[in-house]
Amino acid sequence: MTEPITLTVNGLDYPVDVDMGRNLLSVLRTEIGLTGTKEGCDDSECGACMVLLDDQPVNSCSYLALQAEGKSVTTIEGVMPADGLHAIQRSLLEEGGVQCGFCTPGIIMSTRALLDGNPSPSEEEIRIGLSGNLCRCTGYAKILAAVIRTASDN
Amino acid sequence: MSFAIAGSLDEALAALAVGARPIAGGTDLVVGARQGKAPLPASLVAIDRLDELAHIESRDRGIRIGAMVTHSQLMIDQMIVSGYTALADAAALVGSPSTRNIGTLGGNVMNASPAMDTGAPLMVLGAVAQLRSARGSRTVELSDLWTGPGQTSAETEELCVAIDLPPRPARSGSAYVRLEYRRAMEIAIVGAAASVTLADDGTILGGAVALSAVAPTIIEVDDAGALMTGHLPDAAAAAVATAASDVARPISDLRASDTYRRHTVGVMAARAVDAAARRAAGEEIGVPVNRAIGVGASR
Ligand SMILES: Cc1cc2nc3c(=O)[nH]c(=O)nc-3n(C[C@H](O)[C@H](O)[C@H](O)COP(=O)(O)OP(=O)(O)OC[C@H]3O[C@@H](n4cnc5c(N)ncnc54)[C@H](O)[C@@H]3O)c2cc1C
Repeated sequence: MTEPITLTVNGLDYPVDVDMGRNLLSVLRTEIGLTGTKEGCDDSECGACMVLLDDQPVNSCSYLALQAEGKSVTTIEGVMPADGLHAIQRSLLEEGGVQCGFCTPGIIMSTRALLDGNPSPSEEEIRIGLSGNLCRCTGYAKILAAVIRTASDN
Repeated sequence: MSFAIAGSLDEALAALAVGARPIAGGTDLVVGARQGKAPLPASLVAIDRLDELAHIESRDRGIRIGAMVTHSQLMIDQMIVSGYTALADAAALVGSPSTRNIGTLGGNVMNASPAMDTGAPLMVLGAVAQLRSARGSRTVELSDLWTGPGQTSAETEELCVAIDLPPRPARSGSAYVRLEYRRAMEIAIVGAAASVTLADDGTILGGAVALSAVAPTIIEVDDAGALMTGHLPDAAAAAVATAASDVARPISDLRASDTYRRHTVGVMAARAVDAAARRAAGEEIGVPVNRAIGVGASR
């Protein structure tokens, strides 16, 4: 049985029909067409699917789409400016914090939530803020450097 | 299949009365269903918007923590951090920021995993669960609530609305320590919580110890209070370590053998007693203890 609901994503309302068991990630990608959010482990472990729900990071692979009704969803597409790069994206590029890039949208969403709540985090606070995001390429040191750089540029 | 978002507690209780299951953050329910542990219930009622259950309030006798309070709230709340520190230690260890933001205390308690992190702290702090249904309310001791892995004595139409904690005695402290192989996104290999009250001469006046991930439910070390009373913290910790290993009935699995769990739960119990006693003596040890003094995984 599908249910018609309206999801608010990046400030826009999208009417969608969803099954009860459908996760938010698949609705974002296949119904709404926002494919920046990635599916990694599909088990809330890796953080590739991270989106913000009312400004807080949430693993969209393991969140029911129906439960997001009435909340504000922000995806990587909602963080990027119309042209150019967001400060977090620029720092990741400049520090070499991006290799294959698959984890990058999730890393950016967690960083965004971290810096919104705490504009000058300590290194330990950054490690904790990104502890739900796995990266298999960079070894994390460059990602950490990029977040430190974003915070100090602010 | 049906899904409703409850706008009020009465609406939620009415839905439960006709067979719906509650979903709070969904971090156990949805993840478990997707892993194939248990199918998603056919009828769900979302309780995450019940703001009346999302507060921590001071009461005449102790505090009340609403079932929808998240781990993120618990780990920084001043009343919890200063008075009920073991619970803050546990909340700060749960998953990652995203798990802590939507994962609730009510969900952790009612999911009844033997490895749940808030369970042992709640037990040593003397918590009771408040259950409510359309037909009435009742108060349940945690030792009566958890009946087995993933099982509680709550009726299907009962919602956990709050956890109540009694006031803390003077010169008391508490701590929760967990053995972990990595510093985030971990499930306790074993864990131990201790609550300790000190006499003026620095000996222990009383206390309690409870263990996670070494039995089908969270268990209390029944004689811990008697073993500690009258002793200095070092001697008390050593006695508790032996008693904890003795009462543990752990399983062997991919993550650890029963022998290893039995040994390490004693080590964790001793460290929890030590940290609780130091806090009781007024020492500031940050939350979580695991990070502050490196008793879990180190960098
Ligand atoms: C990646 C990841 C890491 C995790 N790490 C940890 C960890 O380190 N430590 C730990 O202890 N847990 C951990 N968990 C488990 C989980 O996040 C917690 O148990 C959390 O507190 C569950 O809360 P919830 O609101 O998401 O529960 P839900 O999934 O919504 O509910 C869990 C169960 O309880 C029932 N329920 C929920 N609320 C109530 C209520 N008020 N009354 C009656 N029944 C209710 C539901 O019907 C369901 O059966 C982790 C989970 C994930 C996905």
